[in-house]
Amino acid sequence: MKEFALIFRLKDIADFKPSPEQMQERMNWLAGIAAQNKLVDKGNTLLPIPGSAKTVKPGNVVTDGPYTEIKEFISGYIVVSTENIDEAVEIAKANPIFDQVGGNIEVREVLKRD
Amino acid sequence: MTSVLCRHFGLKHIEIAEDIASDTFLKASEHWAINGIPDNPTAWLYTVAKNKTKDYFRHISVFESQIKEAIKPNEIEGGQNFEFSTENISDSQLAMIFAVCNPSNSTEAQICLALQILCGFSVEEIANAFLAKAETIKKRLHRARTNLRDDNFQINPLGEMEIRGRLDTVLKTLYLLFNEGYFSKTANQLIRKDLCSEAIRLTLVLTENTFTNTPDTNALLALMCFQSSRLQARTNDSGEAILFDQQDKSLWDKTLIGKGNYYLVNACHGNEVSKYHLEAGIAYWHTSSTDENKWKHILELYNQLVLTEYSPVTALNRTFAYAKVHGHEKAIIEAVNLQLTDNSAYHGLLGYLYTTIDLEVAISHYQQAVQLTKSRSEKQTLTKELNRLKEKNR
Repeated sequence: MKEFALIFRLKDIADFKPSPEQMQERMNWLAGIAAQNKLVDKGNTLLPIPGSAKTVKPGNVVTDGPYTEIKEFISGYIVVSTENIDEAVEIAKANPIFDQVGGNIEVREVLKRD
Repeated sequence: MTSVLCRHFGLKHIEIAEDIASDTFLKASEHWAINGIPDNPTAWLYTVAKNKTKDYFRHISVFESQIKEAIKPNEIEGGQNFEFSTENISDSQLAMIFAVCNPSNSTEAQICLALQILCGFSVEEIANAFLAKAETIKKRLHRARTNLRDDNFQINPLGEMEIRGRLDTVLKTLYLLFNEGYFSKTANQLIRKDLCSEAIRLTLVLTENTFTNTPDTNALLALMCFQSSRLQARTNDSGEAILFDQQDKSLWDKTLIGKGNYYLVNACHGNEVSKYHLEAGIAYWHTSSTDENKWKHILELYNQLVLTEYSPVTALNRTFAYAKVHGHEKAIIEAVNLQLTDNSAYHGLLGYLYTTIDLEVAISHYQQAVQLTKSRSEKQTLTKELNRLKEKNR
């Protein structure tokens, strides 16, 4: 088994706060992965709002948020454990954000640092 | 089998009794695996235990004269010091469970040992509770016992820290004890009320002690109360299972539901949400509500539960709730994803989900479920449904 991080990106900061129904759908999706015993880490949400997001650059330059230069922003991640990357991609495909608000999911194999 | 065996030997020779009891169970597990379970397992155990006790006293006379000094520190004293003040754990059996839940063993091994020695579980029953192979459990038990022996195992009064530290494992043991009673698989009986009431009794003792009266303990007790309220309605006169939808709700015990509500409220202190909270919440919705959103709430709780701790049973139950909210077709996708192909309940669930969609597929799943189940009563219930579907399919 390999581990893959699923990194969620949203397009619009306004999409960040899901409605209760959207929340429920996302929860169903996540629990569906856990029910297959493939969820390694339910991850965390990364807050994109002012005061919670800064970017540090060379020369002590600090900007607000990650969203000044790129349009998309990372909203969170989870880690799944699957046979191969295709299986992880299939899991990502079923994520409700594609129907709800758009955005994308990056699938990356985790190489343990030990 | 009852859990009385240990207490039967009294407090004087508790450690010896415990050894004899565990030997008896070990013998039972070996003997029964080969020859099948005897007609009266309890009597069988008592007879074996009695003989073993006689053997022991025969040996002890040799021991006394020859190697008494060597065994003295960890064998004789343990029995004599066995006294518990009310500040500690007042119930003798509970005290032993705490003693066996010694952190020198892994949590799983502690629970196995407690279930075997103190709750009178067979290896098979423990394997069922852990959804593991009997052979694995046997090895785990053997290692655990050796460990305890090496650790100079003694049943001494525990301090506050030790009690608090071991509480989680003790709760888990009581939870498994209750479940084995409630969803009994091995004794060809669907429900064993003696195990359920013993688990409730012991959990109740925990709520009476200041160290152990935690939100988790209350949540577990609430869960047990809710589940027990339906005991009467869950089987018919001949011991067959009655499915939830067909249960006579007037048979549900209102007093126990009330008690469940009481303990659930008590459990809601602090921020901690344990799996017992979630399961008690699910049981609450099952028992108490005709709310149209009931299944939505139940699914939500199952979602949280499966995220807290994976188990095949939770995964299957969650899928059932999912079907109630989102329909059978969507639930089939979720169910197939689980890939629990050697689990009878997995095929039972798929059979149920396919009933309204594809009768032949449903029948094939029910057939696999019937083949895989080890419980006679479950087999009866499944076969009944299978025959009904075959009739329909003609």
